Amino acid sequence: MAARGAPAVDGRCVLDVEDVRTRFHTADGVVHAVNGVGFRLHEGELLGVVGESGSGKSVTMLSMLGLLPTPPAEVVSGRARFDGVDIMRLGRDALRQVRGAGVGFVFQDPMTSLNPVLTVGYQIAEPLRAHLGFSKAEAWRRAAELLDLVGIPSPASRLREYPHQFSGGMRQRAMIALALACEPKVLVADEPTTALDVTVQAQILDLVRKLRRELGMAIVWITHDLGVVAGLADRVMVMYGGLVVERADVEALYLRPRHPYTRALLGTLPSVTGSGNGQEARKRLPSISGQPPSLTTAPAACPFAPRCGHAFARCWRENPPLLKVAGGHEAACWFDVEAGAPRRQRENGPA
Amino acid sequence: MNTEPIGESSRAAHGPEGGGNHARGRGDLAATPLLRVEGLTKHFPILRGILRRQVGAVKAVDGVDFHIQEGETLGLVGESGCGKSTAGRVILRLGEATAGRIWYRGEDITLLKGKPLRSLRRRMQMVFQDPQESLNPRMTVGSIVGEPLLEHGVAKGRALAERVGALLESVGLAPNYANRYPHEFSGGQRQRIGMARALALRPEFIICDEPIAALDVSIQAQVVNLLEDLRERLNLTYLFISHDLAMVRHIADRVAVMYLGKIVELAPVRDLYGNPRHPYTQALLSAAPGHDPRVEARRERILLQGDVPSPAAPPPGCRFNTRCPKAQALCSEQEPAWREVRGGHSVACHFAEG
Repeated sequence: MAARGAPAVDGRCVLDVEDVRTRFHTADGVVHAVNGVGFRLHEGELLGVVGESGSGKSVTMLSMLGLLPTPPAEVVSGRARFDGVDIMRLGRDALRQVRGAGVGFVFQDPMTSLNPVLTVGYQIAEPLRAHLGFSKAEAWRRAAELLDLVGIPSPASRLREYPHQFSGGMRQRAMIALALACEPKVLVADEPTTALDVTVQAQILDLVRKLRRELGMAIVWITHDLGVVAGLADRVMVMYGGLVVERADVEALYLRPRHPYTRALLGTLPSVTGSGNGQEARKRLPSISGQPPSLTTAPAACPFAPRCGHAFARCWRENPPLLKVAGGHEAACWFDVEAGAPRRQRENGPA
Repeated sequence: MNTEPIGESSRAAHGPEGGGNHARGRGDLAATPLLRVEGLTKHFPILRGILRRQVGAVKAVDGVDFHIQEGETLGLVGESGCGKSTAGRVILRLGEATAGRIWYRGEDITLLKGKPLRSLRRRMQMVFQDPQESLNPRMTVGSIVGEPLLEHGVAKGRALAERVGALLESVGLAPNYANRYPHEFSGGQRQRIGMARALALRPEFIICDEPIAALDVSIQAQVVNLLEDLRERLNLTYLFISHDLAMVRHIADRVAVMYLGKIVELAPVRDLYGNPRHPYTQALLSAAPGHDPRVEARRERILLQGDVPSPAAPPPGCRFNTRCPKAQALCSEQEPAWREVRGGHSVACHFAEG
C-alpha cells in the first residue's frame, strides 16, 4: 500500500521485537501488564500502536528500551533486534548509546521529560556532544537547525530559553527536535499529541508527515486515539489486556476489522462528519459494556471474552494466538466475525 | 431589580426560536429560557509588587451571551484556556462574575446570596472532568452521594440510605457499593458516582464540564449514553462543555464555539457541523481526525499558525486575527459584530458569508 508521504517501505526490518512479557509487583499483588507482545518495524514505516490505558502499549516500549524502574517492574522475557543486536540484552552503557543515537523517543507530556532548570538549547546540544562528539559551537548550531526543522520560529534565540517559556505545542516540538538530534533510525512516540489541543495536534501531525518525507525514519506511534492513526500510519496493531489482538495495514484495519474489540471500538466513535442532518448522530452510541481486564493473572482465556458479544466456550478455555485472517492481517480471535461462526483453525497455528 | 433583560440588545439576539426547533420538543419554545447569560465576563486580576497592585487581568471570559431552553443541551466547545470551564463555574456561582448578568428562569441570579443562593444550588449541579480528583478519597461512596442530601436537610438515617441506593441504581451502579471507597472503582464508575451525587437534589440543570475527557474510549460511550438516558428520564437541561467536537455533535442540540474568552459562533448542531461560518470553527472541524484512512490520507486540512495568544493580552480587533487564514487589515482594527446569518446561526466574523 502507499506509505503516507514516506519513502516506499522496502521491507527491510529495522526493529524486530518478540515475546515481551512484563509484570509489576505492587502492594496489591502482581499485575501482568504485557503478556507476550511482538512486532516488526520496517524501514521508513509508521506503525500505529492503539490501545486503551492499561493495554500495555507503553510498557511494551519502555520494557524494550530498558526504561522501566525495576522493581516494581520485572521484564520476564523479550528480544528486540535492532542493528543486529538484541537491545534487551545490552548493558547500561551500550543501551544508553542505542537510546541516544539509534532509537529516539517522545513522550506524552513534554513538561515531565524536559529538564526545567536547563535551557532547551543545552538539552538538545548535550546528546549531540555525548553521542556524536560535536564541539559545543557545532552542537548549538545543529540544535538551532533542529528547532528550525520542527517549525519553531527564531530558533537561535529560543535555544537560550527554558522549557516553561515554551507553550505546550512548542515544547512538544522541542521534544521532537531532541529526539531527532542524533538522527535515530527508529522513533518511538508515546501519545505525543494527547496533551495538545486539536489545532496544535494538527500542526504536529503535519510536522511528522513532513519529517517522514524528509528523513525517512521508522516510527512507532503509540496512541489511544484511533483517529490520529487513521491519517498517519502504514500499519496498525491494536492492544488489549497486554496482548496484540489485531494487526493489519491501516486500510484493512479500519475498513475490515476482524477482531470484535477493534470492531466495537471503531463503532463507539462518533464523528464530526456524516450526512449532516444530525439525525444519525442522535442515535444511541454503540458501547462496549463492562470494564477492561484487571490483569492480576496471566491470561489463560481471551481477555476480551467477558465484554465480547461473540464469545463461546473455547474463548473461555483458551487464549487465541494471532491467527492469519487475510494477507498481512492477523487477529487473535477464535470467532470469524465475517463468517459469523467460530473460526475453523488448527489448534496450534499462530500466523 | 429587573428580572428580565432590558430590551433585546443586538448582541443578545440569538434567535431563541430558530435554535429551539432543534430542542427535543419538550418545553414551550416561546417560554423564558431556563438560563440566559448576557455580557458574562470573568477577569482574574494579575497582581504585582509588594503592594499587590493590579497590573492587568487574565480575560478568561470576556463578554459571552447565550441562552438555554428547558430540556435542551447546549454544547460549549473550544480549546484549553478558551474560558469554557470558567464560564460554567461562573454560571453556577462558583466564582463571582466580573460583569454581565445571569438569569435563571427569568430571575437575575448574578448577585444572589445567602438562602436564595443555597436553594438555587439545589436546582443547578455540576459534573466534573476528573472523577479521581472530584471525589473525596476518605469518604465512602454512600457519604459522597448522600452529602448534598444531608447538607440540605432533605433526608437522613434510613431514608438517606434508601435514597443513596436508588441514586446509585439510577446511574447503573449496585446499591451496595455505598460502603466502598472511590479508589475501588474504575474511571467510568467514578464518573457515575459523581453523576449520582450531582443528581441527589433532583436538579433541573447540569453543567457537564469535560465529563468524558479522562475516560477510556470504550467507557466514554457508556457515560454519554447514561447522560442521555438521564436527560430523557429526568427532563434535565445540560450545558455540555467539551473539547471533543464529535461527542458534542452527538449529544448537543446547539453548539457554541469559544475562542479566547468569546463565543465566535453559535448554531444548531446541523448547521454548525454542516456549514460552519467562522474560520476558527472551520479549522477546528478540519483538525478533528476522522476514522477512514482513505479519506484521511488525502484530506486537505486547514492548519492554523502558532498558538492561542495569552488571554491576558488578547490581540486587538478580532481575537482570532493572529491565526486566521482569512484575516485582512480590518480584522486587527475592528472587532467583528455578533450577527445572525441564518435562523439561530450567529457568528462574529467580518468575512463570514451570509
